[in-house]
Amino acid sequence: MVDLTANTPCAGLLPLSHGELSLKERNYGAVWSVAPFNGASRDVSAALKKAIGAGLPGDGRLLAGKSGEVFWTGQGQYFVRALKLPKLPAALSDQSDAWACVGLEGGGAIDVLARLCPLNLRSMDEGDVARSLIGHMQAIIIMRSDGIDLMVFRSMAATLVHELERVMRSVTAQRAL
Amino acid sequence: MRLDGKGLVNRDAKVSFKFDGVTYSGFEGDTMASALLANGVSLVGRSFKYHRPRGIMSDGSQEPNGLVELHRAGEITPNVRLTQQELHHGIDARAQNYWGSLSWDLLEVNDLLAPFLGAGFYYKTFMWPKAFWEKLYEPTIRRAAGLGRLLMAKNTQYYEKAYAFCDVLVVGAGPTGIMAALTAARAGADVILCDEDFRMGGRLNFETHEIGGKPGHVWAAERVAELQAMDNVRVMCRTTVTGAYDGGTYAALERVSHHLANSGDAPLETFWRIAAKGCVYAAGAMERPIAFRNNDRPGVMMASAVRGYVNRFGAAPGKRVAIFGNNNDAFRTATDLVDAGVHVAAYIDSRRDTDIAGDFPIYKGAHVTNVHGRKEVQGITVNGRDDIMADCLAVSGGWNPTVHLACHLGGRPQWNAAISAFIPRPGMVPGMEVAGAAGGTFSTSGCLKSGIFRAKEVLKMLGINARAPRMPEAEDSQTAVEPLWQVPGKGRAWLDFQNDVTVKDVTQSARENMSSVEHMKRYTTQGMAPDQGKNSNIGALAVLADATGRGIPETGTTTYRPPYTPVSIAAMGAYAEEEGFAPQRFTTSDATSREMGAPMIEAALWYRPSYFPKQSETHWRQSCDREVAMVRSDVGICDVSTLGKIDVQGPDAAAFLDFVYTNTMSTLKVGRVRYGLMLREDGHVMDDGTCARLGKAHFVITTTTAAAGQVMRHLEFVRQCLRPNWDVQLISTTEQWAQFAVAGPKSRDLLNQLLSKKLTDASFPFMACGNVSIGGFKARLFRISFSGEHAYEIAVPARYGASLFQALLAAAKPLGGGAYGMEALNVLRIEKGFITHAEIHGRVTAFDIGMERMISAKKDCIGKTAAARPGLLGKNREQLVGLQPVGAVKEMNAGAYLFETEDEPTRANQQGYTTSVAFSPELGMLALAFLRDGRARYGETLRLVDHIRKVQTFVVVTNPVFLDKEGERARG
Repeated sequence: MVDLTANTPCAGLLPLSHGELSLKERNYGAVWSVAPFNGASRDVSAALKKAIGAGLPGDGRLLAGKSGEVFWTGQGQYFVRALKLPKLPAALSDQSDAWACVGLEGGGAIDVLARLCPLNLRSMDEGDVARSLIGHMQAIIIMRSDGIDLMVFRSMAATLVHELERVMRSVTAQRAL
Repeated sequence: MRLDGKGLVNRDAKVSFKFDGVTYSGFEGDTMASALLANGVSLVGRSFKYHRPRGIMSDGSQEPNGLVELHRAGEITPNVRLTQQELHHGIDARAQNYWGSLSWDLLEVNDLLAPFLGAGFYYKTFMWPKAFWEKLYEPTIRRAAGLGRLLMAKNTQYYEKAYAFCDVLVVGAGPTGIMAALTAARAGADVILCDEDFRMGGRLNFETHEIGGKPGHVWAAERVAELQAMDNVRVMCRTTVTGAYDGGTYAALERVSHHLANSGDAPLETFWRIAAKGCVYAAGAMERPIAFRNNDRPGVMMASAVRGYVNRFGAAPGKRVAIFGNNNDAFRTATDLVDAGVHVAAYIDSRRDTDIAGDFPIYKGAHVTNVHGRKEVQGITVNGRDDIMADCLAVSGGWNPTVHLACHLGGRPQWNAAISAFIPRPGMVPGMEVAGAAGGTFSTSGCLKSGIFRAKEVLKMLGINARAPRMPEAEDSQTAVEPLWQVPGKGRAWLDFQNDVTVKDVTQSARENMSSVEHMKRYTTQGMAPDQGKNSNIGALAVLADATGRGIPETGTTTYRPPYTPVSIAAMGAYAEEEGFAPQRFTTSDATSREMGAPMIEAALWYRPSYFPKQSETHWRQSCDREVAMVRSDVGICDVSTLGKIDVQGPDAAAFLDFVYTNTMSTLKVGRVRYGLMLREDGHVMDDGTCARLGKAHFVITTTTAAAGQVMRHLEFVRQCLRPNWDVQLISTTEQWAQFAVAGPKSRDLLNQLLSKKLTDASFPFMACGNVSIGGFKARLFRISFSGEHAYEIAVPARYGASLFQALLAAAKPLGGGAYGMEALNVLRIEKGFITHAEIHGRVTAFDIGMERMISAKKDCIGKTAAARPGLLGKNREQLVGLQPVGAVKEMNAGAYLFETEDEPTRANQQGYTTSVAFSPELGMLALAFLRDGRARYGETLRLVDHIRKVQTFVVVTNPVFLDKEGERARG
């Protein structure tokens, strides 16, 4: 019998902080991709709402429920954070291990991302979700009440942390000028 | 000379700095230019071609002469403008472009040779012998003519780039820009106000004008403070908007920390991309020089700059100042100087009828015809007869609106005869309104009004209602300019100070039929380099118009292109240097592989172990040979997580895969894997991989590491555009799974130690797939082989990847197995004739690689029709074959060409080329190659020539599968 131990994507890289800015790994737990089959969006939404308290959100949005949350990740595709999924007329895939998820918090977080992401994050509100770039990495960006969550491919965790840290350092220095 | 009680510098904060090795002192709030002038330094540089002594001419980014190298912590920043560089402790600035010393420049000999070095001289002179151009002439010319130096070493200074968004971008924070920003900000718009100076206010800081009863600079500071306090306004000083681009995008360069002795972690510069819904362009105007004999001597300056240095910095550029102009602003210089206690030696106005009076000699309808002195002005001649002693000459030929950004999308400005200047046409940049002096409105009152009006126009376009702010009182005088471009007479009169272009050069250009303004520019080099003709463009085209007998509007301007001022490549390329160029992708086994001493190689963005050296091994080949033998005889472990994995689900998933693969996937049984080939729409091979059926409507396909992104994009294209009605969903699961190949005769023994349920041939035959349990966790198992051995690939959720890799290695050890890297993987697959992207490199078809029968006749697929085109089939195609050496020379290299043994190894005779080469411990040197009609030529001997490494090898053509042609081992 083999004993397998689990590692998180940012193990050994986080947390870190500079000035008012901090960067932490977010544990998203179980994450499923849900892509409703043709014409099944309404049924999927209803089933999710019943199971976790949140149905399918609009494009670029996140809905939080009692026992999970659902956010848009692309054309006809959503990620669901929930321990268990109900039976759904949708394509499902386990994405729990596929993403490095980090949370950037503190004054200047928007200024940090203004240097790495081509989106206008100043115009995004809590619960807004976008697919865009962090540097050269494709990413999922989620605006939360306590900061900004960033998800990139798990294998790119080191690059993500490296790029964010360099800019966090710089923005902290520039805010002191 | 520093004037008491004048200027906006902080007299309590003394700052010492070095210029060309000499230490001087100035004050906080000085630029290097103002501090040098206050110290009486007139000579600051040498001209580009003739190495003439040059002094500071202007007070901003248009400065053509005062360019220096800034030395800082072992780094050099060249071409820094003295007029923009703020003073800070410890500045080490050095003059550039001299040989010897700034004062005694040996290359000033060029000035004596000037009659031979006119426009176009090198086009005519350095014609022969031809070879001399590259070896002698060009290096010599480059040595003699130039700007700052580069260190030719890696730049270690930190730069940034950034994105910004706003409703209204206001370019320039003079009276116009401030008023525009206030109008927009008070209406609630999201505003960015940029100015290239470190003190906002534009000309208000340089003039004595009052606004609303207050000194202009005080009014400006108060308004800017009000703007800074608003949440919807970002005020960016030291930021030059350098270009206008499509879709309301503007580029801007922020000089973040050039003004600091120690910037810590802050960048030197940030390159901004600003997306603005609307723009008020309030960049002001630039005063233009007049061409007359020796008008380039140090001490001949723009009149606005002379009074500007006095008013803003309390620094007088001379003790006896003469003024030469053709407009009322020039005369204001005289009154400002007198008020500041500077002696005005004479005021010379080219206008006859002008109503001016003062306690100094005034010449009306007169010209300055010569300047005396070499390294500094010693006097001037008026009208060719009256010599006047002076140590500074202030010149004003009127103002040119700064039309640059308004013209960046290709529009041409129009001539306005009333102000003798070009102004932008409306709508040249969509969303941009030109305001104030940039649009030809020069009075302060006019600028304030224009700022309000243009801002309201932009807000109207954005659907925002705005109320006009209260208009403060301000001067409303006219410049009353009467055009004067050149003073007739002997001697060289300068137009372009930075590139040493004279009136004579431009007239000669016209004589030699370079009469279009664009030809003249290139022939004379006028308006080139960092300056981009800010001072000289209009003057030069006026002279050209005169020489060709055309009017100025008919002659037209050259093309205005971004950037307005130079932008460091380092700023544009920020974050992209070295590893920053692309993300690094690390597998879950990366740390363990590195601990084992494996050198890592890049495969797409991934890092993969090349080989795993044992202590006794000194050469990679030893490790590779051992790893190959280990897989063939026992068992090897290799991380294959980097291969693309795409999850395909839906009622139409099987039909979809039939359409994208050449072979049929819909007939695949659940729990089975099939090899598949994908073509591009042009019929060439795109990628190969495996397709596993996990459920009736659920497949997982694999791609090669290199083509994972390309295949995903292709599948999305097919799904969204070619088959939009099919019910199929795609998602990458590459990153979810850590996947390891377990290959070799003992692979099943190894897995049976770890899996909860034992495998047998019957329960898990070749090309089977399914879920298994390992360590209590669900895993996926595939019985597939890229080595030709009995092999499996086991996938676990990535969090367990590192742990599983170690467990597999531990289990392999007692069986005589271990890890193998990319080198061994490559040898194993070449022995089996398996292809990679070395073979399917984009120019080969299924026919070429011997897989044309994999294009199913029973169904359509992407690329099928195109692959059947006559030229893509038959004897003339280069087909995949194997090669083995037959002579004394065994060396073969990938990329070498094949020839008949008797033929000359020339391009026309080539028969094919090698793609992959390996040393097989069992079979010796092997190569995969493409050979014309290759499959019909097994057994032929050919000559393989590597022209680059100069290797010739006799080879025999073989089947590309060297080992186990029937595939017994994988099934066993």
